[in-house]
Amino acid sequence: MAATPPSRPGRTLTILAVLSALVFAAIWFAAPDRVGDNRLSAAQKYQPRLGLDLEGGTSVILTPRVPKGEEGSVTREALDQAVSIIRNRVDSFGVAESETTTAGKNIVISIPGKQDDSILATVQQTAELRFRPVLLSAAGVPTPTASPTPAPSPSGSGTASPSPSPPGVSTPSSSPSTSTQNRVLPKGLRAAASASPSPSASTPPSGDATPAPSATPPAPNTAPGDPALSAALQQRFAELDCTDPEAVRQALRQEPGADDPGNPLATCDEDGAEKLLLGPAEVLGTDVDTATASLQTNSQGTATGGWVVQLDFTSDGKKKFGNITRRLFAETGDRNRFAIVLDGLVVSAPTTNAVITNGQAEISGDFTQADATELANVLKYGALPLTFDPGEVQEISATLGGDQLSAGLAAGLIGLLLVVIYSLLYYRGLGLVTIASLVVAATITYGMVVLLGWQLGFRLSLAGIAGLIVAIGITADSFVVYFERIRDEVRDGRPLRVAVETGWHRARRTILAADFVSFLAAVVLYLLSVGGVRGFAFTLGLTTLIDVAVVFLFTKPLVSLLARTKFFGQGHRFSGLAADRLGTPRRTLTSRTPRRRDVATAPKEA
Amino acid sequence: MTRLGSLGARLYRGEVSYDFIGNRRTWYVVSAVLLLVSVSSLLLLRLTLGIEFRGGAEFRVQGSDVSVDTVRNVVDDTVKTEIVVQQVGQNAVRAQTEALKSAEVEDIRLALAERFGLERADVSTQFIGPSWGRDISIKALRALLFFLLGVVVFLSLYFEWKMALAAMVALLHDLVITAGLYSLIGFEVTPATVIGFLTILGYSLYDTVVVFDKVRENTQGLTGGSRTTYSGAVNLAVNQTLVRSINTSIIALLPIAAILFAGVVLLGAGPLKDLALALFIGVAVGAYSSIFIAPAVLAQLKEREPAMQALARRVSSRKAGTATTPAGRRGSVDAEASDSAASDEEVLAPAGVSPTRPPQGRPAPSTGRSQQQRSQQRKSGSRNRSGGRKKR
Repeated sequence: MAATPPSRPGRTLTILAVLSALVFAAIWFAAPDRVGDNRLSAAQKYQPRLGLDLEGGTSVILTPRVPKGEEGSVTREALDQAVSIIRNRVDSFGVAESETTTAGKNIVISIPGKQDDSILATVQQTAELRFRPVLLSAAGVPTPTASPTPAPSPSGSGTASPSPSPPGVSTPSSSPSTSTQNRVLPKGLRAAASASPSPSASTPPSGDATPAPSATPPAPNTAPGDPALSAALQQRFAELDCTDPEAVRQALRQEPGADDPGNPLATCDEDGAEKLLLGPAEVLGTDVDTATASLQTNSQGTATGGWVVQLDFTSDGKKKFGNITRRLFAETGDRNRFAIVLDGLVVSAPTTNAVITNGQAEISGDFTQADATELANVLKYGALPLTFDPGEVQEISATLGGDQLSAGLAAGLIGLLLVVIYSLLYYRGLGLVTIASLVVAATITYGMVVLLGWQLGFRLSLAGIAGLIVAIGITADSFVVYFERIRDEVRDGRPLRVAVETGWHRARRTILAADFVSFLAAVVLYLLSVGGVRGFAFTLGLTTLIDVAVVFLFTKPLVSLLARTKFFGQGHRFSGLAADRLGTPRRTLTSRTPRRRDVATAPKEA
Repeated sequence: MTRLGSLGARLYRGEVSYDFIGNRRTWYVVSAVLLLVSVSSLLLLRLTLGIEFRGGAEFRVQGSDVSVDTVRNVVDDTVKTEIVVQQVGQNAVRAQTEALKSAEVEDIRLALAERFGLERADVSTQFIGPSWGRDISIKALRALLFFLLGVVVFLSLYFEWKMALAAMVALLHDLVITAGLYSLIGFEVTPATVIGFLTILGYSLYDTVVVFDKVRENTQGLTGGSRTTYSGAVNLAVNQTLVRSINTSIIALLPIAAILFAGVVLLGAGPLKDLALALFIGVAVGAYSSIFIAPAVLAQLKEREPAMQALARRVSSRKAGTATTPAGRRGSVDAEASDSAASDEEVLAPAGVSPTRPPQGRPAPSTGRSQQQRSQQRKSGSRNRSGGRKKR
């Protein structure tokens, strides 16, 4: 039976002690020094973070922006869809059980705790992602032209305006794009393509296959349904001023149809360093399957230290993306580039270095890890069907009074105390093992809750706290299963020291099978659901793992140790293993070698 | 307590036992009644969904002397509704209520304005959508479906598909009864309730797995012998795990009861009572079904297998043999002859585990069986013999 190596309870217990100590030490490092303006004291670092109902939080009201002439666009469905997407995004920041709901025609997001504005800004981002081929690019200031119309934006003159026109100037400084070597070319192209004569800058494209100067707009590649680059668009591109990219984005939003995927688009990159004229969108955000933040690697595969957002396309998106890269790969200059456009502005516009058919692309830029993660989270759940104007960010108070929390805690503690009393009455000495195990389970649970609060934004609602207390109670079942097994083994005629091991082998299987079912529930619910259910699943998974850890690393070795003591090993009346209560001869219980129990020759039964 | 303590030993040896499988009709009736009550309650009374699921009205009062408590009192005095009040920013309070009639909304609005000396226009009202929206519920249900599929696959691999089916029947039974009794008591369904239901889901399965694990152990190599039927082995398993089931249930119910008491009696409102009520009913029903329903369903499913029917015939014929012939004698001829006499009742109320039955004779000396089966036989045989001795 006991084929496994002899148990070494002392070592196992040490391992558990070290692990627990690590959890509590990790809290110290995981906790930030300050939250908002408040410096955290040591005691505060070791407090679990509470949910919206107990601690209150931050709330923002988003008002949908109604584009002119599209008053009917704010439908119930669109709002509900927006709520659902925003909820997913908020959830992706942690297990905080935030609330997202509609209020009239607005959307209200409530996040527990004091939040910096960046999360709120991120979750309300529209996140309309598009891949467009680049037709033209230029430095991000209005292009002076000789046309009689005066340059429309006097604002740019103070800073950057003198610089853009020198022909052939290379401006590779634009940070978002990894490759801007061919910047010379667009100049010529721009000059050539512009409908108005432009005496200032007409360096001809240096022997390229790109369109010869002609009044006809270049028929860019073979973009399906490529509309003529109208003079109006050219004009627009020439006049575009990128000193304030955010203003450009807002302007695009205001104008109906300006950022339609089917239309070409003249826009800026996010830094305002470059402006680009883009063809109709060929790959859309809906073609993206998932997005993840990852470390950027160079062609040798070594990390550059920067962060990128890795995109995985759907099978449909894979095809589309393969097509666009195949076509662009054959091109040169600006037309070799494609632009990744997010909410009207270009995030990056890399050159096409290869035909990409595996459906993977990455958005590179000046991302920190946090930026990349935020962007990935936003992209993963798709674009909002509506654009929102953020309202005032407000602090909201807890919805439950402190009495609810204290009553819940008190009741839970009393309940656990009753468990302790019952265990002592029924299991006597073994009850002490139960109590010790429960205390260890509770301590580790507490530590993990605090640690995960800082690490993953895990927060406890009142229901969560009650659930934890109940879960700790249910944890006791593992001990009960084990104790009953030991007793069964003793009844089968095994001496206690053997029964502790053989009983463990059988109990272990039962405990693992039963806990596996719980863990399965936790994983599936966590992965597939949102909101409160996800928080519950997290708690369930956590307590299940702790249950297994405590039984394996604490209860079992402790019982092994105790079985060696006289009190338990000899079946003392109060040990919970007394021979008469187990209905077995004392001789069997205490014998040092396992021997078969032969009832026929056993002198006395009880 | 001492009596209960040694009860475990006697249950284990089969000296004391309750024929769970044989009396299954009684418990099926009990469950049927519970299910009937539950379903009718669900149909007639329905589950009342809280603000979180249905949305409601929101009132916002702005003013320097506006306080959460006063707002709560004013709304409470005006209309009977569930209410969530919280401070928003520095000097505003928002109160969310259930969906109200427009007259009631107006009443509250005027009452709030009057109390704080404000204009009616200073109290804004709007409809708020559910914070636990439809999409959350749909996703949760989808997740649940996947989980149940996963459990069926796991239990089918770990045990066998009939055990998976029996566990699912018990689970459904638990969920319907819990939801039914919850609606009968008339508490509102809040997110805390849903969390409670989900906990039960895990608990009910967990409980069943523990019992079935023992069943599997007891039924290994069963068909090689003729000592007990499948139902008998299941019955022994349930009796052997009975102490565990009772202890576990008490240990789980104690904290739940304490929280339920605090939620209902001390606080009277809030998520604690919803969660604790759902858990209390669920854990109790879950323990009940893992003892009375799941094993019985399993035994019924298994007894349809030809191998188990053959075993039942062998067992009953042997029993008939020991009853009609002097103790210790048994003959295979007798066994064949009494095949027809083996009634359904006898198959379902096996010998050796029921105290009402006369003690049986020594088990047959085994020939040509595997070592494992032999030891299994010997073990359970000695148990029963000792039981028999004691009774005499």
